[in-house]
Amino acid sequence: MCGIAGLYTKTPEMQARLGEYLARMLEQLSFRGPDSAGAAFYRDPAPDGWCKLSLHSANEDPGWLALGGELHQAFGGASEPHVRATHATFTVAADALDAQAWLAEHHPELRLMSAGRSIEIYKEAGLPQEFVRRFKLDEIAGSHALGHTRMATESRVTTEHSHPFSTGLDLCLVHNGSLSNHNRLRRTLAREGIRFQTDNDTEVAAGYLTWKLRGGATLEQALESCMNDLDGFYTFAVGTAEGFAVLRDPIACKPAVMAETDEWVAMASEYRAIAVLPGAEQATTWEPEPGKVYSWGTALV
Amino acid sequence: MAIPPAATDTTLTFDLSSESVRELNRRLHEAVDPRRVTVVNPGGRHSIAVGINAPHEVEIAGHVGYYCAGMNKLATVRIAGNCGVGVAENLMSGTVIVEGSASQSAGATARGGLLVVHGDASARCAISLKGADIVVRGSVGHMSAFMAQTGALVVCGNAGDSLGDSIYEARLYVRGSVAGFGADCIEKEMRAEHLEQVAGLLARAEIDDVDPAEFRRYGSARRLYNFHVDNLGSY
Repeated sequence: MCGIAGLYTKTPEMQARLGEYLARMLEQLSFRGPDSAGAAFYRDPAPDGWCKLSLHSANEDPGWLALGGELHQAFGGASEPHVRATHATFTVAADALDAQAWLAEHHPELRLMSAGRSIEIYKEAGLPQEFVRRFKLDEIAGSHALGHTRMATESRVTTEHSHPFSTGLDLCLVHNGSLSNHNRLRRTLAREGIRFQTDNDTEVAAGYLTWKLRGGATLEQALESCMNDLDGFYTFAVGTAEGFAVLRDPIACKPAVMAETDEWVAMASEYRAIAVLPGAEQATTWEPEPGKVYSWGTALV
Repeated sequence: MAIPPAATDTTLTFDLSSESVRELNRRLHEAVDPRRVTVVNPGGRHSIAVGINAPHEVEIAGHVGYYCAGMNKLATVRIAGNCGVGVAENLMSGTVIVEGSASQSAGATARGGLLVVHGDASARCAISLKGADIVVRGSVGHMSAFMAQTGALVVCGNAGDSLGDSIYEARLYVRGSVAGFGADCIEKEMRAEHLEQVAGLLARAEIDDVDPAEFRRYGSARRLYNFHVDNLGSY
C-alpha cells in the first residue's frame, strides 16, 4: 500500500496555497504510507538558458552556499541555494545536462533529485506528517504538484528509495503498487544506457518512461506501452512541466479517485485526501477507468 | 453528544469533523431501540456505520471512504454521496442506498438485504455475492459478479468486461451492453419469473422509469463449478 496525491491549480489563489493543500492531502494518506514521503512541485520556472536543480545531501549542510559559488564560477551564473531540510535547489545559467555532468564530476557525494526548468523534488524517510513539517510544505506556491506516501514492500526505506522518481527533465513519477518484472527490465534498460541509483521497482518504471520518451514517444504513448512491458500492479501519476497524467493497470488493483472544480483538478488514492480541498463536496468526482491515460494541463502534448 | 434518554426522542446528529468514526459505530452498536441518525461531514472516512445490528435509519450527508455500512443487519443506511471500496460488503439484511457512485467491490460477499447504487459501480461489483440483491442505476465495471453464488444483480446501464466469471447460481440482469463474459457465464432465457423479479427489485430500489422488459438475463452454464477433466483448460 502507498498513497498518491496530485493537485493542479486553475486560480492564483490555489497556486499560492498549493503546498498547503498538498500537505493536507499527504497527511490524509499517511496511514497508507508511513515509511516515507515526497513531493514534486512545479513552480518559478528558470529563465531561458537557465536550469533548476534539486539536490539532496546525507549531511545536514554540506556547504550549500559554497556550492552556489562554485556553480556560479563554473557557469557564469547561479542562484543562492534555497535550502529545505536535507535538500537545496539552485537555478544555474547552464543547460541542465551540462550542470548534471558537472555535479557528477565535482560533487559525486550529492544526489540529484530533479533537473529541469520548473520541477523541484523533495523526499525523505519518516512519517509524512514529519516530512510536511520539516520541509515546510505549507510555504510552497506553484502551479501543480505530486506527492507520495510510501509503505515499502520490495526494497529498503531510505531517501533514495522514496518517491517521486525523476524520469527526465521536468518529469517525475509516483507509484502505488508493485512491479514483478523490474529486475529483468532494469538489466535491459541498463544496456540501453539508463542509470539506476537503487534496487527499487518504481525507479525502473521511471527509467522505462525516460527510455521511451528519449526514443521519441509522447508521454501518452510511453504510458500506454507500460501496459505491455510492465508486469505488476500500478496506479501511476506522472508530472510534467505543464500538468500531470494518471494511468491505472488494466486490472485496477490499486485505487484512484479524481475530482475537478473550477479552481483545481486533483487525483488521490482515496477520496479522503481530496475531501480537504475547498469545494470538494461539490466537485465532479469519478474513478479513473483501468488502462486509460488521463491528463491535465497540456501534459501529453 | 449523548444518546437521548427519552425513548420518544431518538433522532441524533453526529458530526465526524469533531467526533470519531469509532464513537459513531459504538453508539450505533449500543442502541437497541431504532434510531434516526444523521451523519454530517463524513469527509471520505472509512468504516462509517459498519456492523449495525438494529433497524436504525442512518443518513450520511456526503462522500464516504471504504467499507461503509459493511456487515449491516436490519438498518437502512442512505449515503448522500459517493462511496469508496467495498460499500455494504457482507451485507446481511436491511438496505443500503448510495445516491452517488460506488467504487470497487460494492456489495462484496453480501448475504442478504438490498444494495442500491444510483450512480455507477466500478470493478468487481457483487463479487462473491452470497444472497443479497444489488440494483445499480448506472453501469458496473469489469469482473462484476465474479464467483457470485446466489442473489441477484440488476444493472440498468452496461456491464464491463468479464461479467460473471466463474459464476455459480446468482442471477444477473443487464439492460445495456455487456463488454464481455467471464468463464462459464452465458445469456439465459428471460422468463415470466425473471421479469417479475426485476420488476420487484426495481420497485424496491424506487426506480420507476426503467422497463423490466428491457433487461437480458445472464447466469452460469454450469460447466465449470463441478470439476471435470475435460474442462481443465478453463480452470
